[in-house]
Amino acid sequence: MAVSNPRPCGDFRTDYAGDTRLFSDRTHTIGFFFLLALALAVPFVFDGYVVSLMILIGIYGIAALGLNILVGFTGQISLGHAAFFGFGAFSSAWLNTNTGIPVMITIPLAGVMTTAVGMIFGIPAARIKGLYLAIATLAAQFILEDFFARAEWFTGGSAGSLAEIPELFGFTFDSDQRYYYLVLFWVCVSFLLASNLMRSRDGRAFIAVRDHYLSAEVMGINLTKYRILSFGISSFFAGIGGALMGHYLGYVSAESFNILFSVLFLAMIIIGGLGSVAGTLLGTAFIVLLPQFMEFLVALLSGPMPFLIDVQPYIKEMAIGAAIIIFLIFEPDGLIHRWQLIRAYWRLYPFSY
Amino acid sequence: MELFIQLMINGLIVGSLYGVVAMCFVLVYKSTQVVNFAQGEFLLVGAWTCLSLLTYFELPFWLGFLVTLAFMTVFGILLQAIVLRPLIGESVISVVMVTVGLAIFFQAALNMIFGSFAKPFPQVFSQETLEIFGLHIETAYLMSIVPSIIIMIAFYIFFKRSRWGLAMRATAYDQQVAQSLGISVKNVFAMAWAISAVVSGVAGIVLGMVNTVSNSLAFIGIKVFPAAIVGGLDSIVGAVIGGLIIGVLENMAEFVDGQFLHFGNLYAIAPFYVLIIFLMVKPYGLFGTKDIERL
Repeated sequence: MAVSNPRPCGDFRTDYAGDTRLFSDRTHTIGFFFLLALALAVPFVFDGYVVSLMILIGIYGIAALGLNILVGFTGQISLGHAAFFGFGAFSSAWLNTNTGIPVMITIPLAGVMTTAVGMIFGIPAARIKGLYLAIATLAAQFILEDFFARAEWFTGGSAGSLAEIPELFGFTFDSDQRYYYLVLFWVCVSFLLASNLMRSRDGRAFIAVRDHYLSAEVMGINLTKYRILSFGISSFFAGIGGALMGHYLGYVSAESFNILFSVLFLAMIIIGGLGSVAGTLLGTAFIVLLPQFMEFLVALLSGPMPFLIDVQPYIKEMAIGAAIIIFLIFEPDGLIHRWQLIRAYWRLYPFSY
Repeated sequence: MELFIQLMINGLIVGSLYGVVAMCFVLVYKSTQVVNFAQGEFLLVGAWTCLSLLTYFELPFWLGFLVTLAFMTVFGILLQAIVLRPLIGESVISVVMVTVGLAIFFQAALNMIFGSFAKPFPQVFSQETLEIFGLHIETAYLMSIVPSIIIMIAFYIFFKRSRWGLAMRATAYDQQVAQSLGISVKNVFAMAWAISAVVSGVAGIVLGMVNTVSNSLAFIGIKVFPAAIVGGLDSIVGAVIGGLIIGVLENMAEFVDGQFLHFGNLYAIAPFYVLIIFLMVKPYGLFGTKDIERL
């Protein structure tokens, strides 16, 4: 499951500080800031469509990162991530309209509220694992979905609820270009948090629980605590992502957080690479861009095969299903593994062994 | 009171169908350690195949039914050989996700081919409702319980009496030992999927005749989880009983909801609350074996 990190010969790590450093070497640091600069420049270069896709990648990426902490690092399975995502969206909108707390503060607060809910649904994880847990989270998905449709005071029921546009010191994030920076800020915060978490004692405990939970318990790791904590952290990111989504669309509807959406989150982390922080973004980009690519393909083929236009939504769904299957069979370690192979090839070139 | 009994009987009939599908689910889990999230889509494939044979090719029902069975056999074996065989020995998450991927794929593909509107089966039984002891029971419902019982008995005989059934039980018990005794585990896996596909296909046809054929049939595939967990994930008898319990429970929830509580939609969500409670209190179900792990 874990993505191995191919390091060239002679690259020893002689102390713990070196082993847990955030950026392993200078190329890594330069690469990171280069990518960050590119990301900052996007709204100046591209039009609204590209920016809106980037916003989606960012928002889904935050939520998928949470799921990756749960699935990829702690080895638990959750089929109810979209429900937590939805809970975050509703709680931020609800907090903002009912208490008047500015949106900038309700976004992290929504994360905290979702953490609480996630921990409640994580309690079964203390006793069960693997398959049984997958089924328990499936039940959580349906129960939360039912709750969204039922709790009119909280979600507006079937009518949905309205979410305000965020504002900071009189600066409103009312266009895609402006909202993009808000999302980018949260993406950076989340990914730094996640990377740092994995360097800490708790992060190592998560990995120990994933790799062999019995051995971890024998070594004195409190399984119950870390499993529930992992659910909480994963829900926190889902809540942040959901809140950003709600305020981006300006409207939250109860129907949109279905099981298919949960599966999409899982697909993102599997295609990106389980247990890889950077891979999460790659996988998210893949899943967001795949329907766009299918649209392009359909437009290309619609000359000789005009019937394709009518069935386009189904083709998009089929592509996602097929992508999941193909990746699991041929590249179970995800895109990040492919990237690492490419990097290792060039680093060792021309003396690959 | 009459409504209560009526709902109870409906519950038992629907529950027996849940039981049959849960049985297929458990069969695959027990012998191949794969949790099939695409079980509902198997029903759909069976129902749509049979329906199109009857309407487009205008075959008589018995012939269409037999062709569907043959098709489902091939479908199950191919699926196992192409998609699931490469994943033997992979982690739980991979196996879960590959069947989820299959479910999405088939759901979309069937929607594309047959459209998203419900289509009725051509009339097979003439009379709409029967009256038994003053209760109205739809003929099709009554006809659906007959195949369920036949399938259950066939399962029982197959596992107790036939050589293949014995091989499957041996494989479910211990794959390595079974292999060393000369059982082809590969064939057993293929057979488990074939049986599961065929029986699900039959359940799909029956449900399609009772209601209509549409993609919402696949929801049975989700209802299977509460049934299988209540009964125990690796017990075939448990699956049947779990199915009956969930069927009755659904209709009881409907009754309580309609008469007293007026929550609405309790019918659909009650099985999942039961599922959570069962997982927290008795995760191995009523009849499941508790697995003990050793270092």
